[in-house]
Amino acid sequence: MQNFAQEMQTAFALILTGDSELLGIVGLSLWVSLLAVLFAALIGMPLGAALAVGRFPGRRALVVLVNALMGLPPVVVGLLVYLMLSRSGPLGVLQLLYTPTAMIIAQVALVTPIIAALTRQVIEMLDAEYAEQMRSLGLSRLATVPVLLWDGRVALLTALLAGFGRAIAEVGAVIIVGGNINHVTRVMTTTIALETSKGNLALALALGTVLIAIAVTVNAMVSLLGQQSEAQDEVRHA
Amino acid sequence: MRDFCGGHGVLIEATGLRLVRGDKLLLDIAHLRLGGPGPTVILGPNGAGKSLLLRCLHGLIRADAGQVFQDGLPLNKAQRMRQAMVFQRPVLLRRSVAANLDFVLRRRGLSRSARRERIADLLATGGLSGRERQWARSLSGGEAQRLAILRALATEPDVLFLDEPTSALDPGATQAIEALVMRASAQGVRIVMVTHDIGQARRLARDVVVMIGGQVAEHGDVERVFGDATHGTVRRFLAGDLIF
Repeated sequence: MQNFAQEMQTAFALILTGDSELLGIVGLSLWVSLLAVLFAALIGMPLGAALAVGRFPGRRALVVLVNALMGLPPVVVGLLVYLMLSRSGPLGVLQLLYTPTAMIIAQVALVTPIIAALTRQVIEMLDAEYAEQMRSLGLSRLATVPVLLWDGRVALLTALLAGFGRAIAEVGAVIIVGGNINHVTRVMTTTIALETSKGNLALALALGTVLIAIAVTVNAMVSLLGQQSEAQDEVRHA
Repeated sequence: MRDFCGGHGVLIEATGLRLVRGDKLLLDIAHLRLGGPGPTVILGPNGAGKSLLLRCLHGLIRADAGQVFQDGLPLNKAQRMRQAMVFQRPVLLRRSVAANLDFVLRRRGLSRSARRERIADLLATGGLSGRERQWARSLSGGEAQRLAILRALATEPDVLFLDEPTSALDPGATQAIEALVMRASAQGVRIVMVTHDIGQARRLARDVVVMIGGQVAEHGDVERVFGDATHGTVRRFLAGDLIF
């Protein structure tokens, strides 16, 4: 137990002194996950909006598929991306395996369905309320989409944060495609896994603390935003 | 600048209008002609097809047969843009009060200063001055409906359709809405309003349409319809009997 207390002390010292190795790992984690969420949003939001307002054959099936993909096991996504990027894979020539780019690709694959599915939900609910009024005002279905996206902004931000939460806390996919290479592809989760197995608990604990802080902050923001948008909607009906 | 644009001359007609869902004939209107000055009120029990008729006249629902005409021409997009509609439950954007009005003014291509001026005018008309920055969805029911009407009027329509705009409101809020509607009517906007409130029809209407079972059972001048309805069910309905 004394050991644990000591490790904890060292861990906090690492955080408080701004240890360069720790900061490097945290920085890379944030960079990879933020970029992944950005790209996932660029794909997932238009996809979700199209699924919400579009009327085309196969739409229902696509909705079910996107919802199902929310539960993708990260390790399997890692494996698939690995196969794509490995030297003999279809994208092997790009030589992306064991780079931060590969990790971003894996996280985009994980996060896009989450953002797309949540966007569809938000936009579909809003559309059910707005559609007639927008038609009455002379807006086409296509012209309605930006209105729905803007008016659903709080809920959509929640979707982005949910995606970020998933990306930053994920370990299975990035360890396979990133390889956990020191100073290159070592992020918080993979470092924790490695350092714990090596017995270097101080660094693992320090990273764990930072990761928890980030995860808790993100989730608090999600629930605050959710409450805020609910409150704004419900005042009138109170 | 015009306050609200004039539309007393606007003539709305429907011929052979039929709407079928499954094996139910929801709407069956041989001929309906809404013209002349003053508001038209469409009355009738629940399920009589009042709201469906309004949506057909506004082009929100395409009827299975028949046609709607505005000023003698089949309803098209350009003519629809001269119409506006207010719904039973106001659909306000998740934005500020001013932004809800700005949304339609911007679409009309007004300059920033013209929009600001118009917003102030409209809010003064609706008794909402000083509420520009309030979140629209935090307004009370009556205020929200007033804002929805002001937003509809901001499009400067010739025709304003209202679908039971006061059904969930108390007398005070209802009076404010009615004043707003009558003001628009006085300024020349053709009002076509659905209600199941017989008192409201008496207060507002010049022209009354009574619908029963998807058909126009009675249509005419308010005095005539209330004084001398020929249709038996209509007479009972106007006398306050429960018709369903």
